[in-house]
Amino acid sequence: MSQSQQSEPRSGSVDGPADAVIQFRNVNLQVNQKSLVEGLAFEVLRGETLVLLGRSGSGKTTTLKLINRLLDPTNGEVCVEGTSTRSWNPIELRRHIGYVIQDTGLFPHFTVERNIAVVPRLKGWPENRTRERVRELLQLVGLDPGMFANRYPRELSGGQRQRVGVARALAADPPIVLMDEPFGALDPLTRAELQREFAALTKRLNKTIVFVTHDIREAYTLASRIGLFKDGHLIELDTPDRFASSMDAEAQAFNKSIE
Amino acid sequence: MKLIDYLVQNRSEVLQLTLEHLFLVLVATGSASLIGIPVGIILTRRTSLAKPVLAIANVLQTIPSLALFGFLIPVLGPYGIGRVPAIIALFLYSLLPIIRNTFTGVNGVDPAVREAARGMGMTDWQMLTQVELPLALNVIVAGVRVATVISVGTATIAAAIGAGGLGTYIFRGLRTVDRTLILAGAVPAAAMALLADLALGSLERILSPGSGGTIINRRRWVVGLGALVIIAGLVAYFNVGVATSGARIVVGSKDFTESRILSEIVAQTIENGTDIKVEQATELSGDLCHRELVAGQIDMYVEYTGTAFTAILKHPPISDPRTVYDQVKTDYASLFKLEWLQPLGFNNTFAILVRGDDARRLGLKNISDAARYAVNWRAGFGQDFMSRKDGYPGFVQTYGLRFSEPPREMDLSLSYQALANHQVDLIAGNSTDGLIEKLGLVQLEDDRHYFPPYEAAPIIRRDTLDRYPQVGDAVNRLAGRITNEEMRKLNYAVDAEKRDVKVVVNEFLSK
Repeated sequence: MSQSQQSEPRSGSVDGPADAVIQFRNVNLQVNQKSLVEGLAFEVLRGETLVLLGRSGSGKTTTLKLINRLLDPTNGEVCVEGTSTRSWNPIELRRHIGYVIQDTGLFPHFTVERNIAVVPRLKGWPENRTRERVRELLQLVGLDPGMFANRYPRELSGGQRQRVGVARALAADPPIVLMDEPFGALDPLTRAELQREFAALTKRLNKTIVFVTHDIREAYTLASRIGLFKDGHLIELDTPDRFASSMDAEAQAFNKSIE
Repeated sequence: MKLIDYLVQNRSEVLQLTLEHLFLVLVATGSASLIGIPVGIILTRRTSLAKPVLAIANVLQTIPSLALFGFLIPVLGPYGIGRVPAIIALFLYSLLPIIRNTFTGVNGVDPAVREAARGMGMTDWQMLTQVELPLALNVIVAGVRVATVISVGTATIAAAIGAGGLGTYIFRGLRTVDRTLILAGAVPAAAMALLADLALGSLERILSPGSGGTIINRRRWVVGLGALVIIAGLVAYFNVGVATSGARIVVGSKDFTESRILSEIVAQTIENGTDIKVEQATELSGDLCHRELVAGQIDMYVEYTGTAFTAILKHPPISDPRTVYDQVKTDYASLFKLEWLQPLGFNNTFAILVRGDDARRLGLKNISDAARYAVNWRAGFGQDFMSRKDGYPGFVQTYGLRFSEPPREMDLSLSYQALANHQVDLIAGNSTDGLIEKLGLVQLEDDRHYFPPYEAAPIIRRDTLDRYPQVGDAVNRLAGRITNEEMRKLNYAVDAEKRDVKVVVNEFLSK
């Protein structure tokens, strides 16, 4: 498979329904004989925000890393845009997918501007287009470019850092964004604020988002569908309305925590 | 104050030695960085290699520097002394801190940052150059800093193998028990270490990811480092340039005053009697002179018949001077293609020394007299005496000696001082040593004729002698001219009166 086909795969290939951007086909992952996830079979639809919910160690983050090939499945396959991740060049795949993690992973030796510009520069965008894009993104995540572009991450608050992390993930306009508890380390007020803004943002951007959290409120705020993980299995996958009335014990336990 | 006077008076030599020192350190740590940083990076990619490689580097670092120098001499053959082995040894010592810091620095990068870099689609090379190395740079520089400071210190010992540098003063000072001279080497070396530490320390802070290091600051540093490298290059160039013109021969000397005086006598005799330029390679300890002579690194030096007979040729010691001389002459010619010239006259045998007041109080005349007091005494012997066939083991056996504790092995020049200061009670010095008089020591007679003869005579490479036969003629005019008394006076003038070797020798030859 040639590079150009990898970098711009046509959506809606013959392998699945036109609106399934990511497909898990009976995926297992074992590390040192220990099963991290087992029997995963689900689809993420174009433009939806799928929230993966579960306790710590239930397999949510592992599932996320299987999508951008930071991990490879032991059995089964994960398809992105209709192509198995094994057939993707991992570098191309990752540049096609935005990624935000809890500790932001901002590069401490880069300014805000350079942090956001990482993927565009890796992709070889012209310099003025990159700079324009950085300004646009800073405004999008609610940071004044004049004030923030030249700051270093250590000069930002936790909330500001997460905004930059989100801007960085969106920089090259990827159709898919993976978010691993991006607001988990923030204080409750900032977290609520960012959740609201982010919910509004996703509606405008029309991205396919897979969002990992252990916070049921966050799931209800953001999700078009909620997937519940327990012990490496996806045990429930449904819309927020139906999830709220689920009979599953684990789902009820989560729902109870906000009553 | 004496130190400052000395440094000011000898500023051109101090500067020269400082530059030599700096050159050794820069070349060694520079090349260790060029090798060590990539190796450290590879180890972060092949973690199974990390343990064995770091273990090897660790072991290298534990080898005592003199032992490493000694080991490098035969391995490197004609390059076995001088700057090459010094730089190789310093290079090996520098590797560990640089490899280790590179490895831990790169591995210590925040895993979240690394995961973000991978998740954004950086290749391994991009992650290394754009993220890991910039973030680890301060830790890597810290490793270079440690290596540099270690090298500045270790480079002083390199003077023992003729590599020059500030250690030259330290060894000269130790030999003549001249504190000013020791400090003249040690203080500038310490200052150099401190400055290197400060400079690299501030570079480290500028590079640390948490600092506000600006591009301008970094640029200034690059300029500064570049200037240093250029200075080192110029020093190297001029030093090499001096050494390669006209007919010249190299005279070596061991690391004690008498050998230094004798090489000066030989050198001045050659320069007075021929039109050949003479270079001197000084401070060669142990059997370095011999190995270098065989390797062609030097052309001649003054050896003692007894040393050649027992230490080099491994014959059992015998006491007839004529037999010994004839035997070494024959053996050297056939084994090493080296020629013995005429003996200079004196016999510098081991001198068993005690303090003057002990000798008078106990009425000691010869070694047998001392044997019954020795059980309460501590002895201090040079490494040479301890390791030679005609040295310690036969000595204690012949006289039935036992000391209160195993003898301390110490530098020969330090043992005189240790005896005078009551740290030991008996030492084995040299019978022509000027310090014997200066420190009021008494030589005990070798009443059982244990020690073999040590007549001094110049040895020269046969190819050198064939090329410059006039050198042999000139030096043979010295035959028999230096008596024991003359030698002791010469040693005393240099050791005790602190007079310049060249001047003392010049006066002697003018008589």
